[in-house]
Amino acid sequence: MQWEIVIGLEVHTQLSTNTKIFSGASTAFGAEPNTQADAVSIALPGVLPVLNKGAVERAIKFGLATGARIAQRSVFARKNYFYPDLPKGYQISQFDLPVVGQGALTIQVEPLSGNAKPYEKTVRITRAHLEEDAGKSVHGNSQGVTGIDLNRAGTPLLEIVSEPDMCSAAEAVAYAKALHTLVRWIGICDGNMQEGSFRCDVNVSVRRPGEPLGTRREIKNLNSFKFMQQAIDYEVQWQIDTIENGGKIHQATVLFNPDTGETRAMRSKEDAHDYRYFPDPDLLPLEISTEWIEQVRGTLPELPQAKQVRYVSELGLSAYDASILTASREIADFFEGSVNSLFSQVRSAINLGAASSAEPYAAKLCANWIIGEVSAQLNRDGLDMTQCPISAQQLGGMIMRVIDGTISNSGAKEVFRTMWAEGGEADVIIEAKGLKQVSDSGAIEALVDEIIAANGDKVAEYRSGKDKLFGFFVGLAMKASKGKANPAQLNDILKKKLAG
Amino acid sequence: MINSSLTQLGAALRTKKISSVELTQSYLDRIARMNPELNAYITLNPEISLAQARAADARLANGNADPLTGIPVAQKDIFCAKGWLTTCGSKMLHNFVSPYDAHVITQFNNAGAVNLGKTNMDEFAMGSSNETSHYGTVKNPWDVSRVPGGSSGGTAAAVAARLCAAATGTDTGGSIRQPAALCGISGLKPTYGVVSRYGMIAFASSLDQAGPMGRSAEDLALLLNTMAGFDERDSTSLQREKEDYARDLNKPLNGLRIGLPKEFFAEGLSGDVAKAVEAAIAEYRKLGAIIVDISLPNTKLSIPVYYVLAPAEASSNLSRFDGVRYGYRAPEYGDLADMYEKSRAQGFGAEVKRRIMIGTYVLSHGYYDAYYLQAQKIRRLIAQDFTDAYKQCDVIMGPTSPSTAFKLGEKGDDPVQMYLSDIYTIAVNLAGLPGMSIPCGFGANDMPVGLQIIGNYFDEARMLNVAHQYQLATDWHGRAPQL
Repeated sequence: MQWEIVIGLEVHTQLSTNTKIFSGASTAFGAEPNTQADAVSIALPGVLPVLNKGAVERAIKFGLATGARIAQRSVFARKNYFYPDLPKGYQISQFDLPVVGQGALTIQVEPLSGNAKPYEKTVRITRAHLEEDAGKSVHGNSQGVTGIDLNRAGTPLLEIVSEPDMCSAAEAVAYAKALHTLVRWIGICDGNMQEGSFRCDVNVSVRRPGEPLGTRREIKNLNSFKFMQQAIDYEVQWQIDTIENGGKIHQATVLFNPDTGETRAMRSKEDAHDYRYFPDPDLLPLEISTEWIEQVRGTLPELPQAKQVRYVSELGLSAYDASILTASREIADFFEGSVNSLFSQVRSAINLGAASSAEPYAAKLCANWIIGEVSAQLNRDGLDMTQCPISAQQLGGMIMRVIDGTISNSGAKEVFRTMWAEGGEADVIIEAKGLKQVSDSGAIEALVDEIIAANGDKVAEYRSGKDKLFGFFVGLAMKASKGKANPAQLNDILKKKLAG
Repeated sequence: MINSSLTQLGAALRTKKISSVELTQSYLDRIARMNPELNAYITLNPEISLAQARAADARLANGNADPLTGIPVAQKDIFCAKGWLTTCGSKMLHNFVSPYDAHVITQFNNAGAVNLGKTNMDEFAMGSSNETSHYGTVKNPWDVSRVPGGSSGGTAAAVAARLCAAATGTDTGGSIRQPAALCGISGLKPTYGVVSRYGMIAFASSLDQAGPMGRSAEDLALLLNTMAGFDERDSTSLQREKEDYARDLNKPLNGLRIGLPKEFFAEGLSGDVAKAVEAAIAEYRKLGAIIVDISLPNTKLSIPVYYVLAPAEASSNLSRFDGVRYGYRAPEYGDLADMYEKSRAQGFGAEVKRRIMIGTYVLSHGYYDAYYLQAQKIRRLIAQDFTDAYKQCDVIMGPTSPSTAFKLGEKGDDPVQMYLSDIYTIAVNLAGLPGMSIPCGFGANDMPVGLQIIGNYFDEARMLNVAHQYQLATDWHGRAPQL
């Protein structure tokens, strides 16, 4: 029996403001409990919320980046329920009038099974709204009581709600990853999933093709892409098994247990809260002017998809390279830094006519180095792009020396290793290590002449048709030059002289 | 000295006829004598008050005194004041010593005024007789068997009994004007947003507004000058130029158009109150005013609308009192839900619980549209009535309360009768307009009657002018109860 899977996501992103959404308390992670709980965070009698404009700006950025309509007027509402880590007894959120309306995000899906090909898909975003985070209940301390830490209370969140457009765990994960990249790219969220800056709730249901939507269950608070995939896989199978065994799915909220790999219901719809939403009388409706939107638009960086298109059309990169180089804004920035420094050197070294053909080659070399050596080395050292010990300009400077023939590829690798470990500019390292290729044709000719004279028998064999011996002569010549002979030049000269 | 105006007191302080310490001590002595009977104050803190008085004397000596420097002012116990027990009239906050100052308190502190004590009030400002206070009923100084009105009943009684030079109140549905009327003093509720609500414990946020209570319009102008002003900590605070509310006090009233809404003089109004108010209107005619008959047709809906909206907001505002972080927590409880239930059941009084239940109900799924949204629509109609009326008149006048002060316990078991005593004041809050009450004579049993003056938005200076001119021509505001 065939089953269709229907998945929608609600993602809570913590916005990267320094202070809370309704007060001046710090939002820094990891402080001693309650040291960042000011009067508003504690909800002392008489205190009032004042909206943080930075949070609104970040919401506007997100809306613009997903092609959504920014509401000129949106309203903060109170969501009422009792819980010890919710100090006011209500959460300030947005209900029927959110700040960001319908948008969309295009994702690249890599199917998990078999040899299916990657494909592109557009996921519709229903809305995104601003709200405040709750504090944390700290269970099971030494006195056996539950502690309350209100440092997180009032941290700004943007809750991003998708349409149920995803139909596999792979699509859900691809969407979550694309969203994760985007929010970091536009600088509205640090994306730190361990610290809870990016938390996903996944709504899952199954149905037989052609039937109406099945009853959904919501998997709460997934904070890793791996868990998300495991949780969805388990939940989907559980729902299918339940229905096939004659059972019914009841709407419920479930938690994923990474230790058992299972999902389990924490509350059913029967004990769902009546949140008694109503407009918060302490806050005026949020009015966003066209000028404000345009001002924010001016601060928006070029988005990953626009960059990918540009890398392919202007720099001649493959779509694959372009997608890897735009996996994060840091990588793209590094790539563009290298390419720009390289291009300016190429332009000053070669006349303009030659430059136009040299640039795609230079860009491709940069891409290869970053996707290859730089990434591998970062991985090995457990660093991220921002911690790369080599600057983009340094890498560009080194690649320039490959292009102009000063060093060979193997020489470049040595320069790279030295640069990584000890720092310094390529030219200084090349000089210090004597890595400059011999490009003096007179010197190479003399060297080749000597080899031909000393290996008369092999020369005869070559000339009688044993082409494979060419490599033998190259090896001898490289050895004699201590690896510094310009390989292209050496090839030409060897070929000519061996031909007699 | 106890009958002096704030201006006279300020002059006496500046000319060293009396020191702030002496003045403060004389009030503290009077309070010690009379408060046991009147119960106007919940908390006194002579150490803090006298320390402030000494600081004020130093400032007076330096010659950089403000008009209120050194003057003892009582604060309604709804304002958080650093180092002061701040109970809001509730057992729920019986142990809450505020770690911070409300904006109003800061303004008085900056002016060099002395905080004389925290005055009694209905629990969380919910009441019209001061009988819902956890700290005991306040007695009306004109007749201690009668209520002082509420919720700012402690303030009204303290001002009337000369237990302070002036004081603050808050008004959500009449809580400044009604007790002012019942105790024979003057009180002003400004336009919503003129005085910051920061640090004022919330009852119904969209209606709550703090204002001055004193013995004359002239005193109120000085107090409002100190209390008003933009505060970025309150998002509903209005960003306006600072104004001098005393600037128009002495303007003549020739040509002033006074609107009399026919709905304010209909069934339900006691004859004695009607008579006093009509006499006041006659006095205004003598002062050159023109009387215009107007109608506020939706006034009759203001009580039902108010008793949907105010409890709705209150049910949410009072959720923070859960026994977790501060305030009252039940001594014994089982699990978390039990702790909430017991703490709130024991910490809140009956009227507060009634309003939390009404508010929770009207916000509930399936009832929200029928009650809350409907009430919001009518609220706009009520405001529109006033906007239309102000095309024909400059100020609106009428009774503040349908009767004079009633007996303690008289309406205690009939909430609807109690709610009706705010029938003339509530619409003003719903519209966000400024309103005031000034004494205009005495009714049955020689109890004071209040005249309500309702102004257009931001027309406080004109209202104070209108009240002051009347007080120059009459002496009702100068009468004091015999104690």
